[in-house]
Amino acid sequence: MKKGTRIAVALGAIPFITMVFALPLVNRIEPIILGLPFLLFWLLAWVVLTPVILALAYKLEKKYNPPEEGEDQ
Amino acid sequence: MNAALFIILGTILFSALLGIYAGRHVKMNLENWTVGGRRFGIVIIWLLMAGEIYTTFTFLGASGWAYSKGAPTFYILVYGALAYTLSFFILPALWKVGKKYGLHTQPDYFVTRYDSRPLGIFVALIGVFSIIPYLQLQLTGLGLIVEVASNQAIPSRLAIAISFVLTCAFVYTSGIRGTAWVSIIKDIMMIVAVLVVGIGVPMIYFGGFGNMFRTLIEQKPQYLVLPGATSHMGVIWVMSTLILTGLGFYMWPHVFGSVFSAKSANIIKRNAIIMPLYQIPILLIFMVGFTALLVIPGLSNGDMAFLELVNKTYPSWFMGFVGAAGAVTAMVPASILVLFASTLLAKNVYKAGFNPKASEETVMRLSRFMVLVITTIALVFAIAFPEELVNLLIFGYDGVCQFFPGVVLGLFWRRVSKKGVFSGLFVGLAIVIGLIVSGRDPFLGMNAGFVGLTLNSFVTVAVSLWTKTPGRNAAGNQANPVSTLPDSFGGKNER
Repeated sequence: MKKGTRIAVALGAIPFITMVFALPLVNRIEPIILGLPFLLFWLLAWVVLTPVILALAYKLEKKYNPPEEGEDQ
Repeated sequence: MNAALFIILGTILFSALLGIYAGRHVKMNLENWTVGGRRFGIVIIWLLMAGEIYTTFTFLGASGWAYSKGAPTFYILVYGALAYTLSFFILPALWKVGKKYGLHTQPDYFVTRYDSRPLGIFVALIGVFSIIPYLQLQLTGLGLIVEVASNQAIPSRLAIAISFVLTCAFVYTSGIRGTAWVSIIKDIMMIVAVLVVGIGVPMIYFGGFGNMFRTLIEQKPQYLVLPGATSHMGVIWVMSTLILTGLGFYMWPHVFGSVFSAKSANIIKRNAIIMPLYQIPILLIFMVGFTALLVIPGLSNGDMAFLELVNKTYPSWFMGFVGAAGAVTAMVPASILVLFASTLLAKNVYKAGFNPKASEETVMRLSRFMVLVITTIALVFAIAFPEELVNLLIFGYDGVCQFFPGVVLGLFWRRVSKKGVFSGLFVGLAIVIGLIVSGRDPFLGMNAGFVGLTLNSFVTVAVSLWTKTPGRNAAGNQANPVSTLPDSFGGKNER
């Protein structure tokens, strides 16, 4: 794998780790944050952060991988 | 004519006319009809995908589950974000393959990648069998929403008949363009309805959602953590369901096919970045379900929570607006389901199985004819046996996600073979059907589809390693044209 792809895949793993594999650790009501019970807050926060993570993956992938032939912008 | 009735019927009619108008001045061949000539830019792709994803199930189901089950409903908020993350890595490669080989549908992909017409026919049939109950669910949901919203002025069956016939009219004339255009109305109306109700009801009854949650924690705290009010939807169930639905999401034939309508692989990639934003309004739908749990407890059918609470809280003209939004929310996914079911039957079953020499015009004409056939079948079922097919829906997701190993390994791993994919699919489907029919879903706390998918992947890999792939060595890769493509992972690594 090219370096840019490796970085992108590593970033892409974050939503899976936080929203799936961390579930047993976050299955609770307290602390209440922004009025939301903790489990719901945690999941919502990572859903909101996912586009940020993917945008970063997109940028870094572009930066480290040379553009393919015939690739459009 | 009362206001609600006027709003509902007006919206349905206007949407259908817009959908029909969308196809004017476009010469309709199969390429334009099913994949919009591969010319959709980022905005229209976003609207189209969002249009397919937010269905009546999201509307009624997410609030209904919050009401009757509690925290397990949170998976509906999350799985989309996982699916989009995955799509960021997979779909651009898929789009390139589609462009290079002129693919229209999911079975097209299997036929091209594995050089096997039987595999394509098999995949097409599983696809159609999974689509029909999903379509049925949209129609039943539509009937329910319109009947309640119009205060029984439009009976459910009449609502289903009118809106579905109109839906099929715009699918027939405009294909996927019709769906994309009507998505615009649908998205706007639905967002307005969700914002007004989702922010409104916790405010009206509790002065805000913070106070609503505080009351819920005092009275029914078990609803806010897994397994909620259920006994079997615990952490393991949610984890396995998230993986299953996250992976299976783009394996629905209609969602898979829509990928090809994008203008470029880059559009698909950028779309994946912004798609998760569309999940956020689901939070508001949960709020409605939880508020209903406190304000109107004891409904026999949890799926009615949203509508009952709106009915109790808002004037009847707004109820009409919600009914209209609900109707379009069913029409958009219904249209794309019909479109792809028709194309699968005409191109991937009839042409591939019975008449390989059929011309593109013949396939196009037959696809359009199939729109009428599928419409009729779905209408008869929806009106005559509204309950029967919904039971089949549980097979739908569990079934289509079994395509995952064949699709993804096919893109990134040269060795995966036709025999491997066939064996994996059989094992996966057999396990899913076996577990569900024998009442063992969930199995050891895990979603049955997940169990099937795990063994399916294992069998696919094992059989592929065991069978010799033709053309793997110096002989070249003619038998596997797709695997010779450049892919987004920048190489042909053996995994």
